[in-house]
Amino acid sequence: MGFFLETLFGGLMVGMLYSLIAIGFVLIYKASGVFNFAQGAMVLFAALAMARFAEWFPQWFGFESQILANILAFVAAMGVMVIVAWLIERLALSKLVNQEGITLLMATLGIAYFLDGVGQTIFGNDIYKIDVGMPKEPLMVLQDTFQGGLLLSQEDLIAALVAAGLVVVLAIFFQKTATGRALRAVADDHQAAQSIGIPLKRIWVIVWSVAGFSALVAGIIWGSKLGVQFSLSLVALKALPVVILGGLTSIPGAIIGGLLIGVGEKLSEIYLGPMLGGGIEIWFAYVLALVFLLVRPQGLFGEKIIDRV
Amino acid sequence: MFYRENGQFKSSYRADQQIFPIAQDRLAILVLLLVAFIVVPLGVSDYWMRAILTPFLILSLAALGLNILVGYCGQISLGTGAFMAVGAYAAYNFQVRIDGMPLIASLLLGGLCATIIGVLFGIPSLRIKGLYLAVATLAAQFFTDWAFLRIQWFTNNSSSGSVSVAGLNVFGVPIESPVQKYLFCLVFVVVFALLAKNLVRSAIGREWMAMRDMDVAAAVIGIRPVYAKLTAFAVSSFIVGVAGALWGFIHLGAWEPAAFSIDRSFQLLFMVIIGGLGSIMGSFFGAAFIVLLPLFLNQLPGWLGFSISTALASHLETMIFGALIVFFLIVEPHGLARLWSTGKEKLRLWPFPH
Repeated sequence: MGFFLETLFGGLMVGMLYSLIAIGFVLIYKASGVFNFAQGAMVLFAALAMARFAEWFPQWFGFESQILANILAFVAAMGVMVIVAWLIERLALSKLVNQEGITLLMATLGIAYFLDGVGQTIFGNDIYKIDVGMPKEPLMVLQDTFQGGLLLSQEDLIAALVAAGLVVVLAIFFQKTATGRALRAVADDHQAAQSIGIPLKRIWVIVWSVAGFSALVAGIIWGSKLGVQFSLSLVALKALPVVILGGLTSIPGAIIGGLLIGVGEKLSEIYLGPMLGGGIEIWFAYVLALVFLLVRPQGLFGEKIIDRV
Repeated sequence: MFYRENGQFKSSYRADQQIFPIAQDRLAILVLLLVAFIVVPLGVSDYWMRAILTPFLILSLAALGLNILVGYCGQISLGTGAFMAVGAYAAYNFQVRIDGMPLIASLLLGGLCATIIGVLFGIPSLRIKGLYLAVATLAAQFFTDWAFLRIQWFTNNSSSGSVSVAGLNVFGVPIESPVQKYLFCLVFVVVFALLAKNLVRSAIGREWMAMRDMDVAAAVIGIRPVYAKLTAFAVSSFIVGVAGALWGFIHLGAWEPAAFSIDRSFQLLFMVIIGGLGSIMGSFFGAAFIVLLPLFLNQLPGWLGFSISTALASHLETMIFGALIVFFLIVEPHGLARLWSTGKEKLRLWPFPH
């Protein structure tokens, strides 16, 4: 029982991390109808920037404090992500207005490759670490209830809290602010939004910046857990089935989908894996999403408007 | 001046509908084929043959298959690598499990297995499209990656996980030297390109294109979506499967699942986009471009007189690929093939541009 619960919690925590990345997908899709394949590359880029700035700033400006370095690096990385957002809008998206979804999808694939290349050229391609002072020791709980207790990683708990905080902030931003309303209007109908005076270009820069922000947060958490390296951009491929499962337009969907896939992955690996030869984590999420697509194409919480054939 | 079509009269429907209606085009293709079949094997070094021309031919074939699905039928697929892998491993199993299996038969049977898997993963396309379908094909990619790594039966219980073929021969002629391999692939490519060209010109090809352009309208005029989409998946994965089998058998000789990873899928998609969506010719241009660009990038700093590290070179390569994808999608969504046909239009009027 204790082992089962431990697996369950482990899955929930990993799922939370998937959700963090999935939120980035949902944000951009919600606000501009673009399915952003480059989200993974943005996570890698943001994490690389953060890791390297935190390393460089103390050398450049001659101070010692790790906390100051982290804060400055965070601000600088965020600045870089805004510039990236602006460049993407300026160089790619504004020229692809009114194109089909597939064209935009392939364009973001190109952006993903470009960002991967640029990021590693500027920031190097070793494994870097991000140290934001997250506690590393696992937490022992419920020692009285089960033999051996439950081991929970504190990092994962913090990640879950951060993700929850991010969702609350984003929900408020989308529901309560004028910019948030403008974003939703653009998502519904570009032309109508433009005709009532919503500046499409600025909205896109904002959306991509916000997605860059969520990529940065996801990158910091994943990065301090596993180190910043190229494989980080592949984690985003895991977040794809999450958004499909949860629904492309729903932030709660991204969270629930992430949790479902995280838990499903871990449990299936433990209980189903040995029968099938192990390593089924790789495709479990995809097959789950595939089966789900056939039954309920809009996902758990997605809007019903969908390209049904 | 040299590319004039006035005076070339067509007096039958057959003549009007042939693949190359202009005499100069027919001549050019004939010369190209002669060069490919006779001059190249005589005059090109083994290194070029082995490291550039053979991969180029096989990747062109795979891009051709993908182009039928993405370019002609509008069903985006990110799982091409998976279908290549199915083709390669199935052909391998036919080769090692059945005594005296002819090479060509096992390659084609490999393609047939890829067809079955392709249709299976194409079934979701009947309910979903666009990026949802992309995710469905990604599922194929991850599933086959895993299956060929973990399920021992597929690799004939090889301990290292990699499989190899040796002693290939066709009708008693060994396929061993670079020239033989090149010619073998060339024959396949020419035959399949001709088949594909004729398929896309025929009724079924027009159904695919109608499906791509507007599926609802296509259904209204009596095109069966199920039939059109599944045939596109079937034909596409057959060609891709044969290409995969060739890639494993002829180009690599020994391979493991990583040879058909998701990177391969993306690479093929890039070929199709850069070369030209919905163009047989474009598949060749795209493959040539993507095979040659890394070589060019590796050589360029040397010519300019400075050196860059291999890591930087590979980063530059991904950057340039990414930038080019976006560039082509914005500026010329029909890719290099459209540039080619624009060039031909210009040539038609040359030297008097009016």
